[in-house]
Amino acid sequence: MSNQELKEKIQALLPTAEFAEGGKWLTVVIPKEKIHSLCKSLKETPELAFDFLLCESGVDYPDKMAVFYHLESTLHRHMLVIKAIIPTRENPEIHTVSDLYQTANYHEREIWDFFGINFKNHPDMRRIFLDEISDNIGHPFRKDYQDEVNIIER
Amino acid sequence: MAFSIYDLTSFNQWVDKGLNSVMSPLWATITEMAIIGVVFLLFYAVVGLFLVYAERKICGFIQCRVGPNRVGPYGIFQTIADFIKLLMKELVPINKADKFLFNLAPFIIIIASMMALAAIPFAKGIHAIDFNIGIFYILAVSSMGVIGILLAGWSSNNKYSLIGAMRSGAQIVSYELSVGLSILTACIMFGSLQLSTIVESQADCWLIFRGHLPAFIAFLIYMIAATAETNRGPFDLAEAESELTAGFHTEYSGIKFAFFFLAEYMNMFLVASIAATIFWGGWMPLHIGHWTGFNMVMDFIPPAVWYLGKTAVIIWLMMWFKWTFPRLRIDQLLTLEWKYLLPINLLNILVMALVVLMGWHF
Amino acid sequence: MTEEILTTPLEQQEYTINMGPQHPSTHGVLRYVVSLKGEIVHKVEPHLGYIHRGIEKMCEKLTYPQIIHLTDRLDYLTAHINNHAVCLAVEGALQVEVPERVVYIRTIMDELNRIASHQLWWCAYGMDLGGLTCFFYGLRDREKILDIFEESCGSRLLHSYYTPGGLMKDINPNFQKRTKEFIKYFRKKLPEYDQLLTGNVIFQERTKGVGPLTKEEAISYGVTGPNGRASGFSCDVRKHHPYAAYDKVDFKEAFYTEGDTFHRYKARIDEMWESMKIIEQLVDNIPEGDYSAKMKAVIKLPEGEYFQRVEAAKGDFGIFIISDGNKTPYRVKFRSPNFCNLSCIDLLSKNFKIADLVAISGSLDLVIPDIDR
Repeated sequence: MSNQELKEKIQALLPTAEFAEGGKWLTVVIPKEKIHSLCKSLKETPELAFDFLLCESGVDYPDKMAVFYHLESTLHRHMLVIKAIIPTRENPEIHTVSDLYQTANYHEREIWDFFGINFKNHPDMRRIFLDEISDNIGHPFRKDYQDEVNIIER
Repeated sequence: MAFSIYDLTSFNQWVDKGLNSVMSPLWATITEMAIIGVVFLLFYAVVGLFLVYAERKICGFIQCRVGPNRVGPYGIFQTIADFIKLLMKELVPINKADKFLFNLAPFIIIIASMMALAAIPFAKGIHAIDFNIGIFYILAVSSMGVIGILLAGWSSNNKYSLIGAMRSGAQIVSYELSVGLSILTACIMFGSLQLSTIVESQADCWLIFRGHLPAFIAFLIYMIAATAETNRGPFDLAEAESELTAGFHTEYSGIKFAFFFLAEYMNMFLVASIAATIFWGGWMPLHIGHWTGFNMVMDFIPPAVWYLGKTAVIIWLMMWFKWTFPRLRIDQLLTLEWKYLLPINLLNILVMALVVLMGWHF
Repeated sequence: MTEEILTTPLEQQEYTINMGPQHPSTHGVLRYVVSLKGEIVHKVEPHLGYIHRGIEKMCEKLTYPQIIHLTDRLDYLTAHINNHAVCLAVEGALQVEVPERVVYIRTIMDELNRIASHQLWWCAYGMDLGGLTCFFYGLRDREKILDIFEESCGSRLLHSYYTPGGLMKDINPNFQKRTKEFIKYFRKKLPEYDQLLTGNVIFQERTKGVGPLTKEEAISYGVTGPNGRASGFSCDVRKHHPYAAYDKVDFKEAFYTEGDTFHRYKARIDEMWESMKIIEQLVDNIPEGDYSAKMKAVIKLPEGEYFQRVEAAKGDFGIFIISDGNKTPYRVKFRSPNFCNLSCIDLLSKNFKIADLVAISGSLDLVIPDIDR
């Protein structure tokens, strides 16, 4: 399915969705509340069938946070990027997709570890990499993270 | 017979008479025991060092490399250097370990393997003790080693060690059966448990040729079970280093580890020499029917050389399959014993009894 | 605690052991906390982060040519392929036309690197199962590939040979000759691997039916590479999203449907044969030309989001770059195949023996620095 067709399909599913053009793959920009329902319908609609979550990454913008979902359909071989916007940087929260894609379990733990984005309904919301160090080290991938010892500013 | 040129019985009697003439019988016996003890300790050390070197060279050969080649010509002093290193290493004390059992375990293992050595006939006349139940004695004493392994695993206060020890317990208890039954198959043929009688009765033909198929099957089963008994690959589950780091001897260091190490090689030497004695005729030269000339030539090779040569071949076999086979899993190991080896063994005993009864052997 | 032990029946009691961070079969500083009932694995919980170096955070302070040197340190067994992902992402963003010669050389190098990685996996896997001789057979042949790399890249493990727009330096004049020699040599040696390990009864008993993974589970857990393909998940990026010269060559995707440990093993052995086929098709046809396109001194990516997938030896390797128009990226994320492959370890090893856990985790071919990043 081409990007244009995908766009039409997704517009039918979620009329409020915005689209960012220019990349190789279609990017859908949605508010954080819609993520679980959109993923569910993307996975379950037969002509879309996005069943493979390739990558899930958190991003810290100056005024907001975002989670990127790279989805692929193993049946139709088309790709889609979802950008879920979290408007706040204080105690950000978003619904998990780990019930739809098992691989999201680890990815979301990683995002919680690095960015402090809390995933609602996640079965096992713990730090994944930095749990052995200390509880109070904060979330180091945030842009305002300060560490006098280990980060050398140039 | 011609091999009597190498008979050492008269030499032994001469030593015995000499000692008895200069001291009381009690002291003479004690002196003899001391001499034998020293000789065996030396033998033990030399064989241990040689086997470690041999294993390294053989494993190097199988793995397309040269093996030790730096210390001395062809690296022959490598094991001595290693031994000195092990002697000088720190004995790491283990927290909350059962100190007494922890220190006792290596001694039990090494004593068990030394005691079994006493009953083995190395050549005519070189035989520390000729029991009339020699085989029974060897089986009983050598299976004491498992107590050492269990103690080592239990007292180390380490879960890996404990798993290793439990595996080893299950394994040795199971495979003890096959070792015993396969030797029993051979003993039906000899009608004796005395090792000297067993060797003598193979003067014309070794058991493995004499006993037809059942003897050969018994030999194969013995080889499999004996390898398992000595905890060597592919049955080295007790110390499976990719699963249990080092199994029951994980926590041992220095000379205590060296004891386990030495005992492993000694056990290998023991089971190989039992196989050589029972199935391959011990120190008996190879004789083929009426080829008198050939038999005469064979007789001129000293019995000790025959004995050590046969043992070396069997040890080489064991090393060969250690370095080429992957390891079994514990349930497969027990399945192999209880579902395959044991029934085959029992059937084999019947066949052997039939062969002996009907006189179908050579 | 004592009371609990006394009141629970013996067969329901569980105990935990720590496998790692220093353990021979985790191939690095990975730690499994394993709950056992006797010898039977009840739960495996991986604890990560022992070699977490914050590479993604470091990338935010570095320019794109500098990032390449860090990607070497992710999956250090396939440094070329990781470099390739960064180069393709940057070239795609800048829409640079890369010379044909570079495309060919990169493809050959990638495939050599894939063979080398699978060889090392094969040695380590043999050793996991107790066949220590495998280690030396595999390393003997891997040495030949590393020599080829050393001649052209000057380095044996962490090459950093690709740069955005091309290569660091042209290949050594001997490269084609030695590559062909290696293929000829390895075609004779690869059957030896089968003789030593694949055909062995004990090996087959140990691996067949152990740790099965269905296609649906593979997709859901994001298990890619030979692991996914052994389960029937067709996930070869080289086939579905061709890059470099993969659309010009003829090769098969190693494909099985059983998904157990044995077929993960078979998939990798098959992949070595296919990689040799790819190299053979390309090595004689490397076109003449420049070894690098003309690039600006300071590389600045236009504002936007870029994602590049390549097929690494372990699976689907991706790099996600968010650029704000500066010479350093705003955010870099590596989609590391091992991280996703690891996530199914609990599912695979449940109710198998502790020895099977070693076999399963070995068959997933985990490289820990790639997981921890």
